[in-house]
Amino acid sequence: MENNAEIYDVAIIGSGPSGLTAGIYTSRADLKTILFAGLKWGGQLMLTTEVENFPGFPEGIMGPELMMNMRKQAERYGTKIIDVNFSQGDFSQRPFKLTAEDGETFYSKSIIIATGADTKWLQIPGEEEKIGRGVSSCAPCDAAFYRNKKVAVIGGGDSAMEEAIVLAKFAKEVFLIHRREEFRASEIMLKRAMDNPKIHFIFNTSPIEVLGDGKVEAIRLVTDPKLMIKKAGEEKKEATPESLGGKMIMGAEKFTWDFAVDGMFVAIGHIPNSSVFPDITKNKKGFIDRVHGTSTNIDGVFVAGDVYDHRYMQGVTAAAYGCEAALDAERWLGDQE
Amino acid sequence: MAPKITDADFQEKALKAGRVVLVDFWAEWCQPCKILGPIVEEFAQEYKDKMDIYEMNVDENPETPGQYNILSIPTLIFFKDGNPEKTMVGVHSKEQLKQAADELIG
Repeated sequence: MENNAEIYDVAIIGSGPSGLTAGIYTSRADLKTILFAGLKWGGQLMLTTEVENFPGFPEGIMGPELMMNMRKQAERYGTKIIDVNFSQGDFSQRPFKLTAEDGETFYSKSIIIATGADTKWLQIPGEEEKIGRGVSSCAPCDAAFYRNKKVAVIGGGDSAMEEAIVLAKFAKEVFLIHRREEFRASEIMLKRAMDNPKIHFIFNTSPIEVLGDGKVEAIRLVTDPKLMIKKAGEEKKEATPESLGGKMIMGAEKFTWDFAVDGMFVAIGHIPNSSVFPDITKNKKGFIDRVHGTSTNIDGVFVAGDVYDHRYMQGVTAAAYGCEAALDAERWLGDQE
Repeated sequence: MAPKITDADFQEKALKAGRVVLVDFWAEWCQPCKILGPIVEEFAQEYKDKMDIYEMNVDENPETPGQYNILSIPTLIFFKDGNPEKTMVGVHSKEQLKQAADELIG
């Protein structure tokens, strides 16, 4: 490393609840802390509306406001936050060397990886080129463009329910398309979606292609084993593509049909942002392993939040993981002296 | 913020400008737009002599976004000689904006 280069005690990569909570703890412990926030800072809560289950806010709080508060709190105690993307880390040398996307390098004695997870896309033909042109993963960002339109939401978890509920404020009709008949979503979110008169459920069905020229015109769907639908206030019942205004594709190997929509919102889960850490061990889905406590396989490199956690995935659990990693990093730094 | 452009003066300011024009389509309710706004502003400080840079509120101006099929914001469109030459959806860095601008300014 260059002479006189500044050496941080802790470098945090990521600016969601886990990264910022880690920053609050390490800087309050008087550790010299730098945090790579990324160009799109704040993590998944920046793409939500009201957060109702973060303790301490009995009336709820807007996701972006919560993140803004966490950022201010970390900065207040001295965390240096840089709004650039992290590019790569050299974990073979001490102090560790970190490079930002703009080429600037930083040195730190310890690292907390808190890069979180991003939208998992369907990876079907026609999807990627229409992101921003009718394909989206952020209803709170884009719902207003679908006023009086017909849209599909793909998925069966809480985030799919939230997307559908947000869209229903603007759209004429929302079709929640789910590959099974059971849901991962919580009871409260499922009930809210099911009670909404604009939201219709289509079961046992998966998209295989997004159709349209430069925009979304329809989705090609495969239904297995039989097409079931449910509208608010009604029982689940059998349907046909025609009864939904869809068009059956004759001669196809499986039960295949085209369904005309103006937009498709994807909410089938998340993939961990771990590919920029080739030296860190991960499970087969890419989630970073904890070896002992919050430590990864490399001594001095810790992990927190959704890049590790594929089970709970809550704002409050991410914050707690950030706290754990910060305390572990603090103890580890103390042991090195 | 960059100077405003509206449905009413879009034709005149963006399509008949005689030089490259960047329009930042945004809205009050869009969080990523609030992240991109200051980046566009910094970019504008450096590039205002080479091109025109505007921001359009899509809630107040529904026509132009419809015309260019904008269904997600923030969206940035670079216009040259009246044509939308490059569209960028989502948050981008100042470096990425400069690269796109440099290609069009030539």
